[in-house]
Amino acid sequence: MEIQIRNLLSSVVFVSLVYGPCALGATATIAVASNFGEVAQHLADEFESITGHELTLVMGASGRFYAQISNGAPFDVFLSADFEKPENLISSGLALSDSVFTYATGRLALWSRDEALIKNNASVLSSNSSYKVAYANPRLAPYGRAAVEVIHALALFEVLEQNLVQGENIAQAYQFVFTGNAELGFVALSQVLRNGEPGFGSSWVIPADLHSPIRQDAVLLGRAKNNAAAKEFLNFLKLSSSQAVIQSYGYGPGDR
Amino acid sequence: MYLSTGDITALSLTVKLAFTVTVVLILVGSPLSWWLARTSSRLKAPLSALVALPLVLPPTVMGFYLLIAMGPDGPIGRLTSLMGIGTLAFSYPGLVFASVLYSLPFVVQPLQNAFESIGSRPFEVAATLGANRFQRFFFVAVPMAKPGFFTAAILGFAHTIGEFGVVLMIGGNIPGQTRVVSVQIYDHVEALAYDQAHQLAFLLILFSFTVLILVYGLQRKFSRSLLSFN
Repeated sequence: MEIQIRNLLSSVVFVSLVYGPCALGATATIAVASNFGEVAQHLADEFESITGHELTLVMGASGRFYAQISNGAPFDVFLSADFEKPENLISSGLALSDSVFTYATGRLALWSRDEALIKNNASVLSSNSSYKVAYANPRLAPYGRAAVEVIHALALFEVLEQNLVQGENIAQAYQFVFTGNAELGFVALSQVLRNGEPGFGSSWVIPADLHSPIRQDAVLLGRAKNNAAAKEFLNFLKLSSSQAVIQSYGYGPGDR
Repeated sequence: MYLSTGDITALSLTVKLAFTVTVVLILVGSPLSWWLARTSSRLKAPLSALVALPLVLPPTVMGFYLLIAMGPDGPIGRLTSLMGIGTLAFSYPGLVFASVLYSLPFVVQPLQNAFESIGSRPFEVAATLGANRFQRFFFVAVPMAKPGFFTAAILGFAHTIGEFGVVLMIGGNIPGQTRVVSVQIYDHVEALAYDQAHQLAFLLILFSFTVLILVYGLQRKFSRSLLSFN
């Protein structure tokens, strides 16, 4: 009897080891632009508990992902911080053209860690010529490009030019302000929000019409043509419930 | 080969930074390594460890904490504000300061080895001939440790040229001020401008290779004397 039970147990273990992954679902590796990391993790957890598929999230800079994917990195889905890189991957045949869509649009905020500095408008930018203003490198980061457009739209470029300091990305722009080395910074609204509410310091949510939209596009990569988990995750991102989650983190909606 | 004005500015800034840092490093590093080589103080071990820390810390981690320390609430930031020079982040002097800390072990260790391998005999002889402490340092230790100085200077210079993480964290990417070659190459790569990146990287490799050939050639020449890295 005991031996029978042990045999039964070991065959259960054997069966679940061999067939388990198939029974549970497929797996996919998702390359996620770092600014979207927290939201992606939230959505991936939900996705996994609903579908039983398994996702591995890798966070990093979109430019680096692009270089890695071009050189055969084993990613199935790419959530980029812009729309150019997915486009380039499609034209070089590494991603599937019918899969691309905007999963979120970035919102920009002017932020200071000083509670009283920003009065929900742009006036602070011209109030003190010694304030350093951090932004992301416009050549690399869509949020940086948008910040430059905003500065031009407000006709403040000459006023601010000498005071601008560049982070490599939006995380570094945030860091410069967070550590007090820059008084003000153009950062992502998603960095300022904590649980949907403005976190510490003061901020001005920059009207979206002051800059061209910061489209963050997702794309299915060539190797995942038949990967159920990858394809379903992309569809999952388009659901209105997922879009609501994305917006609660401080992003504008995607395009479908 | 086509270099943009941005590339050239970055190159000349990098060379200027490396020269400045090397001079400061030799000035700061010689007395420090002399002391470390000769002392039997209890502070020797903790100080040596402190100097060697940049070898262990990931540069971006060190850069992040330097950024905090240099900020208005950090210890360095408070000091520099009191001195009336504001905060150091995003400025050339800030870059020099951070690079000196970062490259310090590369200068102190070869110098310390050079001083240690002289032994105490020559100084005892010099002392019996009436040389005071400064004369013993400048007229006995420095000439005898010359190869050590050479290695230290070249390593400090080369290490500053190749510096990336620390500059990335505290620089603010200002052309002519804090945008050095390594950051410029990184930007080219991130912006998918691979051709420009290849050109600059090629120059960097050419430069480093030349420097290292120089160092190893010298090491062979002095192989029976005082030179060693570790």
